[in-house]
Parts: sequence; C-alpha cells; structure tokens
Amino acid sequence: MKDDRDDVLPGRRRFLRCMAWAGAGTLWLVKGGVAHAGMLATGAAAADATFGFVQISDSHIGFHQAPNPDPVASLRQSIALVNAQPRRPDFIVHTGDLSHLSKPEQFDTVAELLKEAKTGHVFYLPGEHDVIGDDGKAFFTRFGGGAGGNGWYNFDHHGVHFVALVNVRHLQAGGLGYLGSEQFAWLKQDLAGISASTPVVVFAHMPMWSLYPAWGWGTQDSAQALSLLRRFGSVTVLNGHIHQIQQKVEGTITFHTARSTAYPQPAPGTGPAPGPLKNLPAGRLHDYIGVRDVRHARGSQVLAVTEQSLG
Amino acid sequence: MRWNSILLAGPFALALAAHAATPAASTKAAPGYQVGIRNFHFMPAKLVVPAGGTVTWINHDEEPHVVTSVGDRFKNSPALDTNDHYSATFAQPGTYTYFCSIHPQMVGTIVVR
Repeated sequence: MKDDRDDVLPGRRRFLRCMAWAGAGTLWLVKGGVAHAGMLATGAAAADATFGFVQISDSHIGFHQAPNPDPVASLRQSIALVNAQPRRPDFIVHTGDLSHLSKPEQFDTVAELLKEAKTGHVFYLPGEHDVIGDDGKAFFTRFGGGAGGNGWYNFDHHGVHFVALVNVRHLQAGGLGYLGSEQFAWLKQDLAGISASTPVVVFAHMPMWSLYPAWGWGTQDSAQALSLLRRFGSVTVLNGHIHQIQQKVEGTITFHTARSTAYPQPAPGTGPAPGPLKNLPAGRLHDYIGVRDVRHARGSQVLAVTEQSLG
Repeated sequence: MRWNSILLAGPFALALAAHAATPAASTKAAPGYQVGIRNFHFMPAKLVVPAGGTVTWINHDEEPHVVTSVGDRFKNSPALDTNDHYSATFAQPGTYTYFCSIHPQMVGTIVVR
C-alpha cells in the first residue's frame, strides 16, 4: 500500500526508514516455512482461506502517558477494525499484556471491550504485566488457566493444531522469558500425538527466539521447546511483547511479533532502553499500532499473515 | 482504513501525562539511600549501606518495575508505576540481590555492612 503522504513528509519518510518495522498493510504469505512479503491489496491467499483469525496484543490498559494516554480508545478502535472486516474471524487471540499493572479493573475493561468483538471466541494468554504481585491469579480467574490450571493450553481448529504457551511466570534474576520444565513436559506430550504434516501455530507473549536479549526480548529455554517443533512441516509462532513487527525464519518455523494496540516500542537497540516510543510524528500514533489477521488455506499449508494498522 | 478520531500526541500528551501519574503503589520517600530506576537499569546497580539503613527505589521510567528479592530476603515491592517510590530497611548485614520480576534482565545488589 503506497503511502502518498511520504511525498510531502520527508521527515517522516526518514523516520520510517530508520524504523524499518513500521508501516501498514504488509501481507505475509507463509509457504513451507518461508515468509514472502506482498501487498495487502492482492489478498490472494485470503480469498481461498478456509478460516481466519485475528491476533491482538499488548493493550496495556492502565497506561496513561505519551504517546497514548488513552489505550482504552485504541483497543476499542482495534476491535472496530476487526468488526469491519468483510469476513468474520473464527476467533481472536490476545497474546498478553492486556493490562499495564495487573489490576482487576484493567482486566475487567479488556473483557468488557472484547465482548463487542464479532467473533466466535476470544483466547487469552498472559504477558508479564498481567502476572504482577499475584503470579497471575487475577488474570487466570477471569480468562482461564488451561485444563491443567497452569495457563498453557491447546486446541485444534480446521486441521491446524494451536498451542498457547506461558513464558512470563517464575522469571529469574538475570534471565529472559521462561517456560519451565513442567510446561516443556506438557508440550512434549501434547505434540507427540500430532502428525508432522499438521500445521502448528504457537502463541506466546515473549518472543520465542533471541530477538534482543539485552532488552529482555527472548525466552531463555525456548530452544528446548523449538526442538520439539522442528519435525513439523509448517510452524508459525506468534508473539507480542515488543510492540512492533519482526519476523524470523528458522527452517520450517516462522516467527512473527505483533504490534501493540496501545503504543510502539523502539526497534531493537535503537535508544537506551525499551519502553514507549514517545516522539512519534504528531498525529501518527495510529500508523504504529493495530491488529493482525491470519488466514489459513486447507491442504496448502499456507498461512497468510496480514498486518493492519489503525492509521 | 483510516480513523477520524484523533488521539492526543506531542506536548499536550506529555503535559497530561505529567498530571496523570497515580502514585497508588508509592510509599512516602524515606530519608536514607536511594536507587533510581531509569532506562531499565537500577542505578547504582550496587549500593553499600550500613546495617539499619533504609533504601528507597524511585521509578523514573514510563514502564512499571517491581523490586523483587532473590530468595525472598526482603519484602517485594508492588508494581511501581512512573514516579512511584518503595522503601525497605535492612537490619542485618549481608548481600541482598534483587531484580525486576517483569524485566528480569534488571538486577541490582544491596550490600549491608
């Protein structure tokens, strides 16, 4: 999607070039584990998709500062964007950091807002902001903790196997995201009965690869989990946490991090620390936040991942 | 798709944010020793205090942080939002390692002599 505003805003164009992750409307076709960038307008894979779902992430309800003092409004607008899609998503997954400070009223706000979403079901998994002080009790009470009560769970949908992992609990000093041996054992057992030709989609909050460990952007024991996934022909890993789009391909495993519905963070290593990217061009916040649409075509092992900004 | 509504941005948002801080988690800043939290670092990362000294952490980041004792050797802070304070008094000599439970790459040490 061409942005003709670039022609009159050289400053913004420079800014976008620095922030290669930014921009709206990129279509990602995932074929055999390799992501191909295309234009949103083509929509080729979307047309013959058997089903689609939407990922939203990092709503940070309770955040109240620049560049977005009203993340309730931007989450509401994200839901409206989903509801305006020509085809209703089968489900929505929220990949964590619903709240900013794990407060009950922040969780309740998210739950209330997502009741407005036109979809079959909403899946949730926690981010580190959702488990502060109570190890996730308030979160899991509202949004479920999986059959085993530990927060992780699985489900199957139209021949695709979905796994939701929790990598934000029991974090250790000096460490990164953490899955733990109990979750690994569960994942091993879960995947053991799945054929290698089954497409697998993994959700987790923190990136499942060492995206930028100096800023905590990784999961310290993810390699163990990924070793269980390498035999599958098509694995798509969807994360939140870093509030920007980043992709990586490792064999048949493709990793995607999502935008936030609240505020962007800097590209890895640009600036002294992660955190809200405050100095956005005036009025352009909506170009940096949004939702992700994923469509699956049965039999072709194609997942089309489409980014939509609010801008 | 474009949206017509306009979110606050720029200087106005900054001004608003300055007034919007809600120090719900703060305790009154105690006299004594301070550790600043800025850009996802405890500063200083290592602080030496005498036995009985009170250490106060102040979060200057927009992100919340949680002061968490390794091995539960002192009481953990609640979530510290921007400009929130938290204090702990260290009666016994020793080396106390702590980290941020939601950004575990952030590690600090209090040495009590």
